[in-house]
Amino acid sequence: MKPIVKIEKLKKLYRIGGLNPAYLTLREAVGGALMRPFRGRGNNTAGTSPNEFWALSGVSFDVYPGELVGIIGRNGAGKSTLLKIMSRVTKPTRGRAALYGRVGSLLEVGTGFHPDLTGRENVFLNGAILGMRKAEISRKFDEIVAFSEVEKFIDTPVKWYSSGMNVKLAFSVAAHLEPEILIMDEVLAVGDAAFQQKCLDKMNDIRQQGRTIFFVSHNMPAITRLCKRAILLEKGKIISDGPSQAVVNDYMTASWNASAEKVWEDRSEAPGSDVVRLKAVRIIDTEGQTTGAVDIRQPVGIEIEYEVIEQGHPLLPSIEVFSEEGLNLFSAHDTEAEWRRRPRPAGGYKSVAWVPGNLLAEGNLLVNVSIMSHVPVTRLHVNERSAVAFQVIDTQGEDSARGDYIGPMPGLLRPLLRWTTSDDTKRDLH
Amino acid sequence: MTFNTSEIPSAQRKSASKTLDSASADVEEILLPLEDKPRILIESLEAGVRLELGELWIYRELLYFLTLRDIKVRYKQTLMGAAWVIIQPLGTMLILTLFFNKLAGLQSGTIPYPLFAYSGLLLWTFFSNAVVNSTNSLVSNTNLITKVYFPRMFIPIAAVGAGLVDLAIASIVLIGLAIYYQVSFGWKILALPIFISLAVGLAIAVGMLISALTVKYRDLKHALPFIIQAWMFASPVIYPPGIVPEKWRWLLNLNPLSGIIEGFRSALIGRAFDWPAIGAAAAITSALLLCSVYVFRRTEDTFADLI
Repeated sequence: MKPIVKIEKLKKLYRIGGLNPAYLTLREAVGGALMRPFRGRGNNTAGTSPNEFWALSGVSFDVYPGELVGIIGRNGAGKSTLLKIMSRVTKPTRGRAALYGRVGSLLEVGTGFHPDLTGRENVFLNGAILGMRKAEISRKFDEIVAFSEVEKFIDTPVKWYSSGMNVKLAFSVAAHLEPEILIMDEVLAVGDAAFQQKCLDKMNDIRQQGRTIFFVSHNMPAITRLCKRAILLEKGKIISDGPSQAVVNDYMTASWNASAEKVWEDRSEAPGSDVVRLKAVRIIDTEGQTTGAVDIRQPVGIEIEYEVIEQGHPLLPSIEVFSEEGLNLFSAHDTEAEWRRRPRPAGGYKSVAWVPGNLLAEGNLLVNVSIMSHVPVTRLHVNERSAVAFQVIDTQGEDSARGDYIGPMPGLLRPLLRWTTSDDTKRDLH
Repeated sequence: MTFNTSEIPSAQRKSASKTLDSASADVEEILLPLEDKPRILIESLEAGVRLELGELWIYRELLYFLTLRDIKVRYKQTLMGAAWVIIQPLGTMLILTLFFNKLAGLQSGTIPYPLFAYSGLLLWTFFSNAVVNSTNSLVSNTNLITKVYFPRMFIPIAAVGAGLVDLAIASIVLIGLAIYYQVSFGWKILALPIFISLAVGLAIAVGMLISALTVKYRDLKHALPFIIQAWMFASPVIYPPGIVPEKWRWLLNLNPLSGIIEGFRSALIGRAFDWPAIGAAAAITSALLLCSVYVFRRTEDTFADLI
């Protein structure tokens, strides 16, 4: 199969002073032109002067028809610049992008909505701006309005709309674009949960029709759920490109400096006291393999490897689990009978805390690890924050609490409950 | 792989000549020719300017919607709506007639001064509003320019197009005045659309050029009111070209608006056409339009980064 999008060595240089270079005034331009002969020939390939920066510095990848590619990275990594170039809003400084199909891009919901125009007028205007033909908009008009849920107000100027209504109408127009390549920047961050679900369903439809979607988001669960492939950008370069779960793990490693495993090779640098020292912390699956991505249905183990230097202390290893937003989900202490309240001989130990499957909600989680002793007084020997990180993955249609729903599910926990439904219709008949 | 191998050396030559002094950095930037022709090819600015006028045709409906937007927005929430379009030139005409014609005794030859002034003001008001609106159009549509691709040319063109509705409404008064002064319409009246088209062409050319430059040089916004005022006095709007000495008349005709306004009046009252002036106006307008399209295409790729 041939790629539908071919990005080659794409680079984009911006001058500092924000992304908008200071506006030139005529005087500066005229002065600059007069001075140019005395300055020597400008060289804009090699090196970067201090007031320039490469928003993209050599990005290449191919995308095949029907792929849904998630683009992730921290703010300023170059995601938006990449999408802007692919949407033809701005030109690259170097390199080339070849697109083998009609492109629809949605860098912002509601681009071109005019507050004084009615919903109806804006649907046509916005549709035309996004590249739809008038006949096409007329044909889909009823569908667009029905999808947006603002039928009643379609002849009201949009300045009287709530921001939610505005966004719904705007997304509806864009959702009915039928390009072969769809480019979307963080558009799912809008609307209420029910509407987000509709948007995700629509995206799924679009993909199933064999069209290609580029999707920028900071919502990692959405990325792993929707996209098979993800691309991680950092400082204008691709640092990871592959299956979305692996790439999201890399993102976690890069942004939290925490991965699925942390090992302290050098004893002197390992966190700890004169009593006990950490050797390693890792996330393991039921087979004992280190893993950064865990199926929501499977138990996950947090393995703490440590060395007791000074014998005779009863030790209490413990963990704390945090969501990506920094919410403390729970903490737990080692309550295993064998070593409880028992002074430990010196030597190496390995404690594993098993978190049951179907408990945590999907998302990225960070784990703090500590080791305490309580005799004679409480003493904290080890307290390693964000020692390891992992992500919980919930795939639609599997045997989890998600069921057949693909939208965002709120909540920090996602237990699989036993449901019973009795069929009352038959009883009513008698 | 079946790419055309004969193209590789030329591609290498092209990029090698670009930066002789950084040959090592250049090696990694060589792009092989593409196997298939893509639907959309996005290249760096150095790849050159393509006019791609065919693209304007593909997007033609957008021009219609943008023009419609500009028209609708203009009269929403105004009390008298389109009446302003008539009040403005009509009021100006009355003032000019009082001061220049009645008090200062300025004469306009075969054509009654109120009709003379109104016909001039009609085109002038259209032209100056069109230039001012299209100059500001790009900057006031920043949100569109930085978020979505379409031919940017349509923004200033739509601003000019929206002014045509005003022109049509204001023309009703012109017809009324012509009937009042018992003008006998002849076949020459058929030439009116030609002069209106020239005025539209000139407004697009000037508006597009200034709007493109305004994105980069914001001073133009401040210079514009002065340019417009000077241009009005350089055009036979309130005075007939006859008051300019014969030997300086050519200078007046370098301003394409003189040929257009005078030609418009001739067509209206059936006066003889001043062919050299009209020819000069048509030639200068066309040249300016071509130049403006080129400058616009050359600079539009940087709009999103500069605006």
